[in-house]
Order: sequence, then structure tokens, then C-alpha cells
Amino acid sequence: MNLIGFENYLWLGSALFCIGLLGVLVRRNVIILLMCIELMLNASNLLLVVFAKMFGNMNGHIFVFFSMLVAAAEVSVGLALIVLIYRKFRTIDSSFLDKLKG
Amino acid sequence: MDLTNIAFIAFSAITLICALMVVLARNPIYSVIFLILTMFSLTGHYVLLHAQFIAIINIIVYAGAIMVLFLFVLMLMNMNANNEPNKSFLWKVLAGLVASGMLMSILLVYIKNMGDMPIVPTTNSAVGQALPADFGYIKPLGNLLFTEYVFPFEIASILFIAAMVGAVFLGSREKSTNN
Repeated sequence: MNLIGFENYLWLGSALFCIGLLGVLVRRNVIILLMCIELMLNASNLLLVVFAKMFGNMNGHIFVFFSMLVAAAEVSVGLALIVLIYRKFRTIDSSFLDKLKG
Repeated sequence: MDLTNIAFIAFSAITLICALMVVLARNPIYSVIFLILTMFSLTGHYVLLHAQFIAIINIIVYAGAIMVLFLFVLMLMNMNANNEPNKSFLWKVLAGLVASGMLMSILLVYIKNMGDMPIVPTTNSAVGQALPADFGYIKPLGNLLFTEYVFPFEIASILFIAAMVGAVFLGSREKSTNN
């Protein structure tokens, strides 16, 4: 019995993605929202590595590399924005950040 | 039941439980700690998948840099108190339905399209040929990165400059208006 088939990795990656989606929908803390986005990015990274191995082609690793670069840039700018929001409104609860709603 | 299967089951269990705890933990500091554990178990998965360079990069970039950034921001805001109000019960049920419906639809696509895919030994790729001996090492990845993907690589450096300038600008604006 060999469990490291590709189906199991597909199940794992999609379950991880849906946990991240659940977190984005349920939580209100903006930092935890960012963390759940990181979870979803990691699920897609895992599936890219799985498909790279599945086809014996290393282009998937390059895509994971770039996705990590973009995640790092996104987190640095996003956390700077969150610090700015906290300084201005003294809260990072997403339900209070409704100034854009008319 | 050989060692790689046990490692796969253990890493998968740790990944899913820690990811659920990221969502369910009340204290944001605990969420960050569980996210770090998730990253480490994903690194184990990468090692199992012959992606050594990606595994090291995952540790350095995610667990080393991004998570430290999260922890510092959380400690800067003194957010370790539990002061997050609950969302309404109806909204939670709706979110659970959306997430589980999405999982079920993805899995249905898998079962419909990939049900007869053979489970292959770990040293082969699914299309049959054996993996190259240096699969996932730094040298072939560097060759690919600096020949075929050199333009996206340079664009990524521009993206990093923009992100760095943006973060510094956003972080320093409040202080400059105060002075």
C-alpha cells in the first residue's frame, strides 16, 4: 500500500484551501484574514509542487518560488497598511472598517 | 506500511489540524504559532515530494521572515487579549456551508476526472518516466530560473523594490505628519 499517491495530495491541498476560505469568511481580525490568505497560497503551492513531480517537470517549482516572492511582498505591504489602520481607527476589526460604505 | 507512508499521514494530520487551529484559535498569537507549525509540516511534504530547494525556501521565507513579521505586528498592537467579537451564528453556518460546498465540488471534479489515475511509486512521475536524479536540486532550478524565467525574475525584483518603498512610506507617514 502506497499512500503517497497524487490523489491524496489533491485531497490535502483542497482541504487546506477550504480551511483558509473558511477562516476568511468567519474571522474578523484583519491579521488573521491575512494569515488565512497565506494558508490558501500555501495550498496552491503544495499542489504546484505535486503537479511538478507528477509530470517530472521543474517548472512548477519556479512558480512556487515566484508565488512565495509575491506573498512576501504582499504581507509586508499588507501589514504596513494594517498598522496604519490601527493607528487611525484604534481597531483592526474588519466589521468596523466600513467607511467606504455609503 | 513503510516509513514514507507514516510520514505522509503524520504530516497531513499535523497540517490539517494546525490549519484548523489557525482559524479556530481565539488568541491571534496562537494563530501565528499554529501557522508556523503548518509551514513546518508543509516543508515535510515538500521534502517527501523531492522539492528540497522549495522546502528550504519555505522555512526561510515563510517560517523565518513572514511569520516573524506577523508576530512583531501583533505584539506592536498588543493584540494578545481576546477582544474579538463573534460573528452571528447564521453567518458562521453560511460560511461553513460555502467552504464545505467548495471542498465537495473540488473533490467531485477530482473523483470524476482522476478516479482511474494509478498510484505510482514515489521515484516515478505519473506519466511513467523516472524522475531525473537531480530533480528539485538547486542546480537545475537555477538553470531554469536564469535562462527561461529570467524576465519574470527581474520583474520580481522590481516588485520587491515597489513593496519595500510602499511599506517604508506607509510606515513612516504618520510620524512625518506629527513632526
